[in-house]
Amino acid sequence: MRFKTWQPDFLWRPFGDAGRAIAFHCVGIAIQSGVLLVLALPWIYFVPTALWAVTVAVVVPSAAVVLAGPLLTRVQRARFRERLGVVVPAPAGLAERPGRPGIRQWLRSAPGRRQLRYHLLAGPLCALGGLVVLVLWATGGAAASIYVWLWVTPWQWRAENAGYVVKAAYVTAAGVALLYASAWLAKALARVDTRAANTLLGPSREEELTRRVADLAESRAGVVDAADAERRRIERDLHDGAQQRLVALAVNLGLAKATLGDLPEEARKVIDEAHREAKEAVAELNDLVRGLHPAVLEDRGLDAALSGVAARLPVPVRLSVSLRRRPSPTVEAVAYFVVSETLTNVVKHARASSADVTVEETRGRLLIAITDDGVGGADPSGVSGTGLTGLAKRVASVDGTFSCRSPLGGPTVVTVELPCAP
Amino acid sequence: MRAVIAEDSVLLRIGVVKVLEMAGFEVCAEEADAAGLLSAVEEHRPDIAVVDVRMPPGYTDEGVRAALVIRRQWPDTSVLLLSQYVEERYAVDLLAANTSGVGYLLKQRIADVEEFAESARTVAAGGTALDPQVVSQLLMRRHSDPLDRLTPRERDVLELMAGGRSNSGIAAELVVSESAVAKHINSIFTKLDLPRADADHRRVLAVLRFLGLANT
Repeated sequence: MRFKTWQPDFLWRPFGDAGRAIAFHCVGIAIQSGVLLVLALPWIYFVPTALWAVTVAVVVPSAAVVLAGPLLTRVQRARFRERLGVVVPAPAGLAERPGRPGIRQWLRSAPGRRQLRYHLLAGPLCALGGLVVLVLWATGGAAASIYVWLWVTPWQWRAENAGYVVKAAYVTAAGVALLYASAWLAKALARVDTRAANTLLGPSREEELTRRVADLAESRAGVVDAADAERRRIERDLHDGAQQRLVALAVNLGLAKATLGDLPEEARKVIDEAHREAKEAVAELNDLVRGLHPAVLEDRGLDAALSGVAARLPVPVRLSVSLRRRPSPTVEAVAYFVVSETLTNVVKHARASSADVTVEETRGRLLIAITDDGVGGADPSGVSGTGLTGLAKRVASVDGTFSCRSPLGGPTVVTVELPCAP
Repeated sequence: MRAVIAEDSVLLRIGVVKVLEMAGFEVCAEEADAAGLLSAVEEHRPDIAVVDVRMPPGYTDEGVRAALVIRRQWPDTSVLLLSQYVEERYAVDLLAANTSGVGYLLKQRIADVEEFAESARTVAAGGTALDPQVVSQLLMRRHSDPLDRLTPRERDVLELMAGGRSNSGIAAELVVSESAVAKHINSIFTKLDLPRADADHRRVLAVLRFLGLANT
């Protein structure tokens, strides 16, 4: 059993992929033959002797091949995809269609000129290599099967060359070796061709990275916007639902308290308690919901929203916002979030007696500085759980920078830069 | 006195109607958006319109804009704005045009039924009722002005005046005698260089000065 499975695997494995590679080379040779045919076309019908005729016979077919560049690229890509299962990516933003505006752009662009290098140099060389492989393959095949060929020779020849059996054994061995070698060569050449195609037909590493960065930036912006929209939706839902219900509850309890004058002391106490609880719940929920995304931010912008935040704090805050135009809603939301969270931190941890907030726009950047005169010692690494890491992450999500200087003893300065290009 | 209500939350609208009826108002219309409010005011010409700031279709500042239209077109109708959060900008918009017969309160103040009823009556009678949060937000912006000459106690009194309280109301709130309140108010008038005219007029001017909305 073991012998049976071991034997064919070992012997046939080198030829497993060689068939595919050889088919791939055959298609390559066919394509290059087509190109060669175009180049040779004038010479088939007449042999030009005058200088102008030679020029025409060379220039016109060459120009035709160059103009067919985009088409050749597509054909080559199909060859790699169909024969090898290799997808050669197309460079971004390049029209690979025949046609006048497309061909001009194609010829001027760096990827287009790289593709032309493949069609005029790498492609023909690889096809030539493929031809060599085919010849070796055929030779190897013929040599390996020499006994078959000897069988069909006339018996007189065999009779005259008596030592042929031993010689043919050598030839067979050489043929088998050549078959193995050409199988290896076919695969190696296919690898070389694939690498050349990836380098010359596909986008360069730099173009690929540029495209990737653009894709990532776009998808991240989408995610950030979606999170922002989600926050708005939650704010709207809470505002329309739970908040109104709670206020209505507090109002009804207030009405009960005011109108039911002849209640026993016990019941009055319970209503009083419930009334106070309901009012506190309203205030608490208000603070939470406003932190999500205040409606006034959308409506009137940062200045209005931040002055609301500042006024609600128990610490006096000097606020100065000078913006010539409004940043994008996402940047506005991040700026609002950073300032309101930082001020909350100031109240919770800094034991400050006052704070300063400035928001200004300089050269397409939104600069935010939040300073307090508290005890300092805020830990930007977030080990002490002050939420600074969360702030830094939210800032980074829109390509902003976040820094926090907070020596022990204060003062604490948080500076944030956000992009706000028009 | 007659009132019109605009509030998109049905539950809360019912609550407000009950409170206003308890305060002696006759509620002639209940609306759910700004357009309905404006036509109801035109039809009923009420003494007061109690208006939610955030209403359909945009859910931003529809109520503030409707309030400005009402104050301009039907000056006999006072407007009391209600909002989940007090926004200084909305207050400035509202007060910049006209400061008599306007109010701006947090919704949660409705729960303190008696105080809310008093505020509503003050506004309906042409007075001003501002939420303490509005007042503190409006004060945020100022740096140096005659108001800095006021003592903290005088500031408290002025804040309560801005909230639409009467002298006796202020005295009860600060737990002082009514004559002490009168003394504070006189001191405020002097410090703010207000002309000796009738008391009510000076009272309004003091509040305006306090809010940074009047220069003289």
